[in-house]
Amino acid sequence: MNTSPQLGENQKVIQTITPKKRKLRNNLVAYAFISPWLIGFLFIIVGPMLYSFYLSFTSYDLLSAPRWVGFDNYVRMFTSDPRFWTTLKVTLIFVAIAVPLRLIFALTVAILMNMGHRGSGFYSLIYYVPSIIGGSVAVAVIWRQIFGREGALNAVLGWFNIEGYNWFAHPDYALSVLILLIIWQFGSPMVIFLAGLRQIPKELYEAASVDGANRFHQFFKITLPMLTPVIFFNLIFAIINGFLTFTQAFLITAGGPIDRTLLYALYLYQNAFEYFRMGYASALAWVLLLVIGLLTAIVFISSKKWVYYESEGGK
Amino acid sequence: MLNKKSKTSSIIYHTFMIGLGFLMIYPILWMFASALKPEAEIFHNAASLIPSELRWENYTIGWEGYGRYGFDLFFKNSMIVTSFVVLGALFSSSLVAYGFARLQFKFQKILFACLLGTVMLPIQVVIIPQYILFHKIGWVNTFLPLIVPAFLGGSAFFIFLMVQFIRGIPRELDESAVIDGCSQFGIFWHIILPLCKPALITVTIFAFMWTWDDFFTPLIFLQDTKLYTVALGLRGFMDPDAMTAWGPLIAMSSLSLLPQFILFIFCQKYIVEGIATTGLK
Repeated sequence: MNTSPQLGENQKVIQTITPKKRKLRNNLVAYAFISPWLIGFLFIIVGPMLYSFYLSFTSYDLLSAPRWVGFDNYVRMFTSDPRFWTTLKVTLIFVAIAVPLRLIFALTVAILMNMGHRGSGFYSLIYYVPSIIGGSVAVAVIWRQIFGREGALNAVLGWFNIEGYNWFAHPDYALSVLILLIIWQFGSPMVIFLAGLRQIPKELYEAASVDGANRFHQFFKITLPMLTPVIFFNLIFAIINGFLTFTQAFLITAGGPIDRTLLYALYLYQNAFEYFRMGYASALAWVLLLVIGLLTAIVFISSKKWVYYESEGGK
Repeated sequence: MLNKKSKTSSIIYHTFMIGLGFLMIYPILWMFASALKPEAEIFHNAASLIPSELRWENYTIGWEGYGRYGFDLFFKNSMIVTSFVVLGALFSSSLVAYGFARLQFKFQKILFACLLGTVMLPIQVVIIPQYILFHKIGWVNTFLPLIVPAFLGGSAFFIFLMVQFIRGIPRELDESAVIDGCSQFGIFWHIILPLCKPALITVTIFAFMWTWDDFFTPLIFLQDTKLYTVALGLRGFMDPDAMTAWGPLIAMSSLSLLPQFILFIFCQKYIVEGIATTGLK
């Protein structure tokens, strides 16, 4: 930014400067503008990433210097750490169930709100409220109580003489309770779906109903195809966020019972900041990046087959 | 006029939407109600939304905190961190976005691709070496690891949002300013920035909400109780080894959400537009 105030004066002598010099100065000005990000990118993203890659081949406890161990961390992960496989399995199940349900729920509610009944503004506010509090500690407090043994859910079940459990202490239900929490916070994809729905031209539906297409046909032939770019967007971000889910599992179940809710991000945290196995945790982080990268790549590549862009004439 | 059929369908529709809406906000209503309940009632009349008597002392007891530190301190800490992060996000996202949206420079395309890549980069991949870095320069257990990255374009999302917004501003405006002899910084400051107000408001709101909400980064970087943010303060309250004082804990949980709710009530238009147009959060 220091270079830019002089630019005004220099403008008057612009003819005397060679194009090469001008180009250089333009570059300097531009780099001054992007420098905050560029410095951050180099020192808090790229540098740490490279260092983390190096650490993943070491054994490091923060106290003594990192000790080179070659591929040991990766070998151990795949051959002699059963908890790694547990955490991978739990996370994949979690993502595979929570992400589609969350999106289906968000889309269904968005469609209901877009039906032209009055009060949709009010409803969308109400439905969005759980999402603004995101992964806060307060949500964990609420969830722990409601699904606890003496919690609100069991009180309601009690009216029907149904005996409840301590839901997240039960190996079969703990993960479902976390999944329910993710579904409950469907507000952001809902708002994005709603914006997408409002952009579908009304004429398409009118033309379709003239041709005798019923609601069912209209949904599968018009609504769904027109929404595919938005579905794609929501899917990518839901998958990434699903893999990064941490706070809820950390605070509500701490990975239990018997590791049934040991989400990957939680296991990574435990290794790094509870067991101080920084090298092993770095290796875990790189495997996580690889898994997320692979899944997003699959979604990206497959999207060519199912995402419909109007501007490309439906190709 | 509504005919009979559409009237019935309208009733079904609203009944369903209100029912579902009630389920959605029940946990939150439950929290505000339970914050006023006597301790025993939180468990013995658990589903109820109406306390049998109002126990405001849950709030005063909770506010005392634990050890030597009260929630006034935790709120102050959260406020300091959040304000600086918002400032940092506004500073870095506007400057950097102007650079990407309006200026031509070498390696522009590849750097912009890097920027987009970091939008999707999981924080877990960099958090360990970041911790080591901040540990080595003595920043762990200070607010700096939470604040400084915001000034260095920490949230690439905000930069991307601003780039998209600035691209929508007609270029003729800056061109006429160039003819008048305005410098690039002058154009940025006098022309682009005032026009970016809606985008800047969106950045402010989301930077505030996310930082206020954040549990992960403070958990890693802050150790002293006197530095705790509200999120960490609440977590200290739910000590698994000791008996959790549920009444005060729930009371403080509800207080912790107030800034977000207030912001939401006043800025819901911007929030909804912000999400819809940019896909934030």
